[in-house]
Amino acid sequence: MHMLKIDNLHARIEGKEILKGLSLEVKPGEVHAIMGPNGTGKSTLGNVLSGRDGYEVTEGSVTFDGRDLLALEPEERAAVGVFLAFQYPVEIPGVNNTYFLRAALNAQRKFRGEDELDSMRFLKLVREKLKIMQISDELLHRAVNEGFSGGEKKRNEIFQMAVLEPKLAILDETDSGLDIDALKQVAEGVNALRSPDRSFLVVTHYQRLLDYIEPDFVHVLAGGRIVESGDKTLALKLEAEGYAWLADTHPELRKADLAGAPA
Amino acid sequence: MNESENMTRDVAAPVRDNAEVEAALNRRYEAGFVTDIESTSLPPGLNEDIVRQLSAIKGEPEWMTEWRLAAYRHWLTMPEPDWAKLDIAPIDYQSVSYYSAPKAGPKSLDEVDPKLLETYEKLGVPLHERAKLAGVAVDAVFDSVSVGTTFRKELAEAGVIFCSMSEAIREHGDLVRAYLGSVVPVADNYFAALNSAVFSDGSFVFIPKGVRCPMELSTYFRINAVNTGQFERTLIVAEDDAYVSYLEGCTAPMRDENQLHAAVVELVALERAQIKYSTVQNWYPGDENGVGGIYNFVTKRGDCRGADSKISWTQVETGSAITWKYPSCVLRGDRSVGEFYSVALTHHRQQADTGTKMIHIGKHTKSKIVAKGISAGRSSNSYRGLVKIEKGADGARNYTQCDSLLIGKKCGAHTFPYMEVKNPGAIVEHEATTSKISDDQLFYCLSRGIGEEDAVSMIVDGFCKQVFRELPMEFAVEAKKLLEVSLEGAVG
Repeated sequence: MHMLKIDNLHARIEGKEILKGLSLEVKPGEVHAIMGPNGTGKSTLGNVLSGRDGYEVTEGSVTFDGRDLLALEPEERAAVGVFLAFQYPVEIPGVNNTYFLRAALNAQRKFRGEDELDSMRFLKLVREKLKIMQISDELLHRAVNEGFSGGEKKRNEIFQMAVLEPKLAILDETDSGLDIDALKQVAEGVNALRSPDRSFLVVTHYQRLLDYIEPDFVHVLAGGRIVESGDKTLALKLEAEGYAWLADTHPELRKADLAGAPA
Repeated sequence: MNESENMTRDVAAPVRDNAEVEAALNRRYEAGFVTDIESTSLPPGLNEDIVRQLSAIKGEPEWMTEWRLAAYRHWLTMPEPDWAKLDIAPIDYQSVSYYSAPKAGPKSLDEVDPKLLETYEKLGVPLHERAKLAGVAVDAVFDSVSVGTTFRKELAEAGVIFCSMSEAIREHGDLVRAYLGSVVPVADNYFAALNSAVFSDGSFVFIPKGVRCPMELSTYFRINAVNTGQFERTLIVAEDDAYVSYLEGCTAPMRDENQLHAAVVELVALERAQIKYSTVQNWYPGDENGVGGIYNFVTKRGDCRGADSKISWTQVETGSAITWKYPSCVLRGDRSVGEFYSVALTHHRQQADTGTKMIHIGKHTKSKIVAKGISAGRSSNSYRGLVKIEKGADGARNYTQCDSLLIGKKCGAHTFPYMEVKNPGAIVEHEATTSKISDDQLFYCLSRGIGEEDAVSMIVDGFCKQVFRELPMEFAVEAKKLLEVSLEGAVG
């Protein structure tokens, strides 16, 4: 049984086609890494799945837990269990981090027909998750991402994920801009959240994140499609050899599609 | 202004189109009901006879009548101000009725027409038991007359005078005479002169030496009758070491014609006295095409007359078709402090030109200005502020922060900071930002499961936090709710 089934997805932004027939299937509990050269649509995939404005799907389908995901509003997608960890988490000045998170959780619960958590129950949940994530509760009292360091922002994303408990988490270049210690911390957080019914799409440019978050599958996204799939050894090969070799097996790919070596 | 630094900045930042923004720009005005009560009005028009009649109806002493007449005569010589960034249709001052009172004047709260109380209830004014629960003493001004003041006994025991201006003129004439017009002189400006001539009621607060007012004082203004203007006059005097926190809320029913509201508020703080003045202004803003709505032309000024005194203005302005208002502080006493915290929200065709003046005269005086403007629809929202440091104001300091938030692409935000610094040792800081609710912020909230309307009010609320923090608790809640209603559907 698939949790996520993407079939022949075509999507464009401002009239330019970015995804050109992408297909991918993810089962519960699996971790899929999506790698690929710059500008091949890695971030577009996350944005299309979570319903960002401005992306137009022209062909194909996305089924999530048996539902037509593309028919849902962005906030509804969140409520049914899709979470996007942003490459650049957004600052919302003056809005308390805890308040934001509780509003988010309760909006989701309401949509699912569950009762809303009062502040006591919510705080209890937050304390539990803080422990798992090893982050200080000082972050809770600040405004959403305001004045956070790069590492704090990414950790806050993973913390939000821990509280919201999505079924599918899409990590969009979560490793970008992190030093090795921060990267390890983020990876530990993600690993703590791995479970048989939670899946991950780890979008990354670099293999090094995959040293810490071990994927079940690695896919290469180039020219708007998945052109190669394998296990974690594929990531190592990409690190060693770059992407150029893909042109041999995929003559339809233009040089530009494979520019931008991964390391 | 010749030897000063004088700068004007005009920021009209374009914002990206969002097709649904326009479609969703609908807003409900929740205070738009009319109360059916018999009232007595003077016939429309303004001349010396009307001024005399008004004064006679109110049973005023002669000095008051003369004061009004002097103001009226001066008003006749003054031109209407046109320097604000406002587009005002000509006002026919002869078509306005300058006095309207519910018939059967009330003597105490128990005698107040139940319909009136119902009106206040709809507005959420805490009269009666609700007042006691909230611990707020309310002076409710309905059109031109003060209809009832709560908690009078408790206040009297503390030596605090809190009553309508009409009563104060009759009962505390000497006090009123000593302070009235001492902060905002009769000839100060066009609308202040008009108010001085025809003001019908308002509140008077006197806190004697060393008294900390035992509760928050509050006034609720409501314009009900057709074709009337509301001209209230408020005077607050805090003697040495006194403290008072005063709240003011305003609403008006929906009407097609524009109604005039020209108030004057004067605050006097003597040595070490503190006055905190908070306003939530929700006058009818007109409809989405700019028909109707209140013209809100208000002069508010506080005089920090004594050393170490402090006056703090906090305002949340969401209503009125046109707002022209600059609550100011004259920092006369050494080490006195002036503060201005403001949220001004405009939507549809509303226009606001609002800000403050901080006049530093005493040594080591300090002022702080935090102004937040939110513009939506086709509205225009301007901050206009003057920081003036006089020659003798050694060690004076000012900090000004002006932030504008734009929603949609057809609104405008403008900032006009003026600085006149005549003392080289003064420190004047100014920070300004203009931003919009970005697609990124909105999507971030959506992607976490928060719906669009909630996301917008959350972002706006965050933007206003610095100001809301300054409001008393129950007002902060009301202000937040008001912004939510005012912005209903402003972003699509």
